Amino acid sequence: MVANGIGARALRKEDQRFITGKGRYTDDINQHGQAFAVFVRSPHAHAKLVAVDKASVAGMPGVLAVLDGTDVAADGLGNLICGWLVKSKDGSPMKMGAHPLLAQGKVRYVGDRVAVVIAETYAQARDAAEALAVDYAELPATVALADAHGSSTLVHDEVENNLIFDWELGDKAAVDAAMASAAHVTRIDLVNNRLVPNAMEPRAAIGSYDSGLDQFTCYVTSQNPHVHRLVMSAFIQIAPEHKLRVIGPDVGGGFGSKIFIYGEECVVTWASKKVGGRPVKWVAERSESFLSDAHGRDHISHAELAIDAEGNTTALRVNTKANIGAYMSTFSSCVPTYLYGTLLAGQYKTPAIYCDVQAYYTNTAPVDAYRGAGRPEASFLLETLYEQAAKEIGKDPAEFRRQNFIPKDAFPYQTPVALIYDVGDYATTLDRALELADYAGFKARKAEAEKRGMRRGIGISCYIEACGIAPSAVVGSLGAGVGLWESAKVRFSHTGKVQVMTGTHSHGQGHETTFSQLVADKLGIPYEDIEVIHGDTEKTPVGMGTYGSRSLAVGGEAIAKSCDKLIAKGKKIAAHLLEASEADIEFKDGQFTVAGTDRAKAMGEVVFAAYVPHNYPADLEPGMEEGAFFDPPNFTFPAGTYVCEVEVDPETGVVRIERLVAVDDFGNVINPNIVEGQVHGGLTQGIGQALLESAIYDGAGQLLTGSYMDYAMPRADDVPSFEVETAAGTACTSNSMGVKGCGEAGAIGSPPAVINAIIDAIGVRVEMPATPQRVWAAMQGLALAAE
Amino acid sequence: MYAFEYKRPASLAEAAQLLSGDDEAKLVAGGQTFIPTLKQRLAQPSTVIDLGAIGELAGIREEAGGVTIGAMTRHGQVASNDVVRRVIPSLAGMAEVIGDPQVRNLGTLGGSIANNDPAADYPGALLALQATIRTNKREIAADDFLTGMFDTALEADEIIKEVHFKKPDVGHYEKFRNPASRYAIVGAYVTRYGGTVRVAITGAGACAHRWSAAESALGGNFAADAVAGLTVDAGDLNSDIHASADYRAHLVKVMTQRAVKACA
Repeated sequence: MVANGIGARALRKEDQRFITGKGRYTDDINQHGQAFAVFVRSPHAHAKLVAVDKASVAGMPGVLAVLDGTDVAADGLGNLICGWLVKSKDGSPMKMGAHPLLAQGKVRYVGDRVAVVIAETYAQARDAAEALAVDYAELPATVALADAHGSSTLVHDEVENNLIFDWELGDKAAVDAAMASAAHVTRIDLVNNRLVPNAMEPRAAIGSYDSGLDQFTCYVTSQNPHVHRLVMSAFIQIAPEHKLRVIGPDVGGGFGSKIFIYGEECVVTWASKKVGGRPVKWVAERSESFLSDAHGRDHISHAELAIDAEGNTTALRVNTKANIGAYMSTFSSCVPTYLYGTLLAGQYKTPAIYCDVQAYYTNTAPVDAYRGAGRPEASFLLETLYEQAAKEIGKDPAEFRRQNFIPKDAFPYQTPVALIYDVGDYATTLDRALELADYAGFKARKAEAEKRGMRRGIGISCYIEACGIAPSAVVGSLGAGVGLWESAKVRFSHTGKVQVMTGTHSHGQGHETTFSQLVADKLGIPYEDIEVIHGDTEKTPVGMGTYGSRSLAVGGEAIAKSCDKLIAKGKKIAAHLLEASEADIEFKDGQFTVAGTDRAKAMGEVVFAAYVPHNYPADLEPGMEEGAFFDPPNFTFPAGTYVCEVEVDPETGVVRIERLVAVDDFGNVINPNIVEGQVHGGLTQGIGQALLESAIYDGAGQLLTGSYMDYAMPRADDVPSFEVETAAGTACTSNSMGVKGCGEAGAIGSPPAVINAIIDAIGVRVEMPATPQRVWAAMQGLALAAE
Repeated sequence: MYAFEYKRPASLAEAAQLLSGDDEAKLVAGGQTFIPTLKQRLAQPSTVIDLGAIGELAGIREEAGGVTIGAMTRHGQVASNDVVRRVIPSLAGMAEVIGDPQVRNLGTLGGSIANNDPAADYPGALLALQATIRTNKREIAADDFLTGMFDTALEADEIIKEVHFKKPDVGHYEKFRNPASRYAIVGAYVTRYGGTVRVAITGAGACAHRWSAAESALGGNFAADAVAGLTVDAGDLNSDIHASADYRAHLVKVMTQRAVKACA
């Protein structure tokens, strides 16, 4: 056993530099001759762009260039893309309006990019951007999702009713039949609130052009530099792929918002050539991040659950309206469809499910994947619906769920909504969570709270999610424009040190640690001897990046396979050195041994022989470097039970989370510290959604929650000390490590647990975020005026 | 931010001279409102006069049965000061719930009351603690100092030197925080001086104000129940995405009752 191998609570390698301020983020990079870009953004939600008067800033100090949509068009640059084609019920493809790098003809949301000003200094660029005269002719705006259909204002003239697609999944006839014969039908209407991602590091990019090499370089806050390069090259057509290098240095959080290819990084890269190849830097201000990072969630849903006389669920019907915003962001179409509808079976054996989703344009910022992406929306709908159903039919919510679980012996299990769950044991996670939460003792705690004048409630959420995205053939058949495999290279040096190059890219998850543990364990070498390299298209093999909790389950498996190839090669070398048959060589703990003997060669000796092949197999290539691609055969399916207990102050509506127990089945775990940290972060974001966070536009399309003065982020004292357990593992069968993704589960499973607990406490339904005002108003039976 | 001149005078007189000579000059104390305003380019002062080096504006002392606090005193200093905690513990308690640690370590008494944000905590404390605001020119009673939303009786070239707070028999500040900004959605500062009660409400309306009906009721019976029958008119109160006027009206009563209970 090596130290810090699989299962060890290794401290994170990267934290030394992050905690001591030595992280190197995009804005930390300053290059010789660097100029600064400031984007001029639309102050209107919807307007005709009549004219951009570049002459208005001519002669202003330091101004190097002013570029707008006409320049983009003149250079023949392509539009931003949505990489997943979703089809409507009638088979027609989604209706997508053009998404130019800089607005052409119209602006469609407050914050839409109109022009860029490049100057010698940031202050000069800012001054000129402010002075730039832009003539708008304001148009009425379609802002609220509920108003999009039939609105007299079209966000894109060619998209009738603002309806992008009307998608469906499941067996409608079977659901209709089951509903008709149900003993009971529970109905729910709900809103999944719109969120702003709020990465700690704002988006940033530096573009430069080297005329000597005829090569562009783009530093960008990216979760997936290779995808950035692909889109910026193949679709935007800034440069051919081999003439464009994309580097994502340290990335300070993303939660999905840094997956997407935005106009800003494309513009500064393209613009560099226009200012003599000088590097052009843009860093978003926090206010810009609020306006222009792709937002998350924003659904309105109606759902119905059919139940027979014995309490078995027989059918589920869901209708959802999804807000896409003013343009289709990179993966926006798959979020409310294939990452949502397919999760509506949850942990349950409900035999018939039908879901249809209408996606709409509105004059708001684009909406795309945000931690969980579709799966939190599915989990919230399903788990609040099940809680309500249990109460309506007079069953204990835990027992009602248990009764309807897919049994442990039914795996692999084909759901009615396309997915095949490989493994699971839902009763065990439920039992353990109820035990940790002392579910049985709740009544006594509730009675004690009532004596203090407080309302106490308990809520359960049994979530499932599909991650480890994704089998290429499956997603391809569903409309994805790319494959979702991953690749890696593992390279020994002469002295036995190892470089691991991966196509995934950490934006805070601790890949340098987890991957080092994996490689140390596989190759039997010291953890300290391993360096993980990621985030640079010139240094790493092509990969699809980090999102959908895929980095370990997909990227890690490519690394594991590379290690297996190294071991296989090492056996050939060891056999030669030991004058034994290759078949007799065993590899364990860094030693190649002739089976049944004490004759062995250490990994270091084998590696040295490979690089100094003086005594070496004749038919074998020198060197110890192997690469592998891995395309997963299936998603991974983390699942678990979260139990939340709250107290509500009936005088003020303030909710305090007393306890939050999370029992997750992540399969095998490489580093429990990192996994628990991911769960803590996810739970905190889930609590943020449930209690605090909401992106609110006014009727004219102005973002009212445009700063931390109004957008409430969870703070340490808003969350309890979490009780997290990841022990109840069923090993995933889709990768050799038996691991599942853990990055999003907390944000997927926690909102319904929190809301169910509040509803249990106050006896009436309340929407997210359950702010004190909303909870108080719900308890008074008051309908709040539109906020 | 836009470019500006920066001055750091060593005396109050020098600061006043700089201020009186330039209509576009602005004072900066702790900068917790002013600096973000500059960064968003919402203000374009010609000169920023930093009050941080003026010794006359510093210090906390016991005076005439109360506490006198220099205008440049940080909230965190008030919260942790032994004199304040002994003489007027409720004032230290109020300072302790302003903003967050960063704000408390930089934000100042003088800056807060000169800005008179409707949701700031200190303006309510001025009213509840019968404060006297001493400037480079005169003394102003708290009831005359706060004149409206972001407005005070200060003249253009007037600088707050210090504030004297009168020690009550009992007092408590009960705050309902905005979950995002941590300003007061409603704050109720209740004090009792013998048979006289003051109830200062902040956050709810355009400006911190006294709730006279509650003061009368509590003057006769200093118990939470005394205000139970009162109604707060929501018509004059603020309404925003965090709290409707009706909810604020409700909170005014609840926070007042809690403050009274905490005084017991």
